[in-house]
Amino acid sequence: MTAHSGTAFTEIEATPNAEATAEPEAPVFYVTEEHGHAEGSTMLGFWIYLMSDSLIFAVLFATYGVLSRNYAAGPSPADLFDLPLIALNTSLLLFSSITYGVAMLEVEKRRMGLTLFWLGVTGLFGLGFLGIELYEFHHLIEEGAGPDRSAFLSAFFALVGTHGLHVTFGIVWLVTLMFQLPKHGFIPENRRRLLCLGMFWHFLDVIWIGVFTFVYLMGVLLA
Amino acid sequence: MTAQSERQNAVEHHDTDAHDAHDDSGSHHGSFKDYLIGFVLAAVLTAIPFWIVIYDVFRNPMVGAVVILIFAFVQIVVHMVYFLHLNSKSEGGWTVLALIFTSILVVITLAGSLWVMSHLDSNMMPMSPDQMRSMP
Repeated sequence: MTAHSGTAFTEIEATPNAEATAEPEAPVFYVTEEHGHAEGSTMLGFWIYLMSDSLIFAVLFATYGVLSRNYAAGPSPADLFDLPLIALNTSLLLFSSITYGVAMLEVEKRRMGLTLFWLGVTGLFGLGFLGIELYEFHHLIEEGAGPDRSAFLSAFFALVGTHGLHVTFGIVWLVTLMFQLPKHGFIPENRRRLLCLGMFWHFLDVIWIGVFTFVYLMGVLLA
Repeated sequence: MTAQSERQNAVEHHDTDAHDAHDDSGSHHGSFKDYLIGFVLAAVLTAIPFWIVIYDVFRNPMVGAVVILIFAFVQIVVHMVYFLHLNSKSEGGWTVLALIFTSILVVITLAGSLWVMSHLDSNMMPMSPDQMRSMP
């Protein structure tokens, strides 16, 4: 770009001065970073996306933290939350994290069948997590503890619902890759997509640590 | 410990070893052993807080709250290291830098909101539960 504009400039000027004569020797740029590592920048970019996503969750956590005691004479966390169910949910998400890790190890060994198997297991754990969460939400709304009941419940549904929405999109992404993978094989693009989804999936597990600690456990403990 | 010393080496020979550091990024996807260690640690770090809360281990709930927050913090670090394979040399340190920056913003957001709003709350006019029930 600079070289082009430079030549155009000298043509218009038509008076070769010292700067113009120096122009043809355009500065040489040395790429100090390694070549052929194109997924590198994608991974960093995706990481920065995850960091910005955690800011969304930080704001939702802060909102929940501020409103978590405002029951409006309604039910408190100790009345509502079923901790054994949450423990089951947490373990499902944790299992899905390690099965995704195993799937990535099979990708390294280029074994299509086992990769798809472990991705499928991951998806089933994810669906189990979502199923329990939807059951919990349904149960709460049936009991009259829906998001419209109190500020505490509004903030609760916003925070936990946003996490559940992320898991839903993670599963959609997972299923998409389970179709793309057999179709195109272990091409670099697919491996890059799998790495990104892996980061996304593990990141959701990290957010869930905050949710079960800050919302469920501390809610029951301090209610 | 060896991982730490390797990291230090990588930092010391940053220029010359930059390629090596990236070439073993095959291992930055982690091994099965890594995932297993991470899984066992995460399971233990999850089970203990649930046990603390369900069986009311601490008399003082505030002590329990602080303890489970510490467990959550440690578990987040475990997940970052063993599942997200975060280390100081991945992407030339930019991932860690972005993480530190985000962590600062998260702490400011959370601590700031809770601090300011709790003061605001205690300066509000008191309201009895009866008045609260008759709220529109």
